[in-house]
Amino acid sequence: MSKVIIPTPLRKFTAQTATVETSGATVAEAVQDLTDQYPDLRKHLLDDTGKVRSFIRIFVGDEDILALNREETVVENDTVISIVPAIAGG
Amino acid sequence: MNKHILKIEESALIIMQKHLENTWPDEGCGFFFGKDGAVRTVTAAYFVQNVKEGDKRRRFEISGLDYIKAEQYALEHQLDLLGVFHSHPNHPALPSEHDLKQAVSFFSYIIVSVYDGLKKELTSWRLNEERKVFEQEQVVFVEVPI
Ligand SMILES: [Zn+2]
Repeated sequence: MSKVIIPTPLRKFTAQTATVETSGATVAEAVQDLTDQYPDLRKHLLDDTGKVRSFIRIFVGDEDILALNREETVVENDTVISIVPAIAGG
Repeated sequence: MNKHILKIEESALIIMQKHLENTWPDEGCGFFFGKDGAVRTVTAAYFVQNVKEGDKRRRFEISGLDYIKAEQYALEHQLDLLGVFHSHPNHPALPSEHDLKQAVSFFSYIIVSVYDGLKKELTSWRLNEERKVFEQEQVVFVEVPI
């Protein structure tokens, strides 16, 4: 079990739920469980090949999973996973 | 279609304006919070670092960690994270191509033009996700009596 924080712009796909409890031993499994619970969320998180979209980052605690073991990063019972939209502009 | 309305309380406006004037000639940026609804009301704002590497005068970027903190701030204060503000140093307060490309649905995007260190214009925009265009919001400033 880990806790996933849904970013405000995606809460319309989780019935306005901000935090979702997920099962799974890795980030990939947690995301799978999350999108099983909220199927509408899937295409906003993942591309057609199942990879995390380029404008979305995933953090485990304070660390970007790109600096860890990517989608295979291990999560524990008290792990907080954050879905983070890239915020930038000109 | 009627315009979305964004009410901005004076205290939040002052925080955004001061920071964006201070960061001139670089772009400044931050988050604002309040209550969502038929009319959105901005009651709080704070600035974060522009972490864009390279040309900060024409680009901004907010770190993932600062984004996470903003969501936490909203949850702790029982507010809605309503959007992102940034400045256009010596450029009009109109969204750029990069602003549109990076825009996230739901959020309001406040843009403040700052010329020679002084605020000129404040506009706000919301992404129309289907049409991939920005729709301008009607901005209303509200003074809150102490
Ligand atoms: Zn801009």
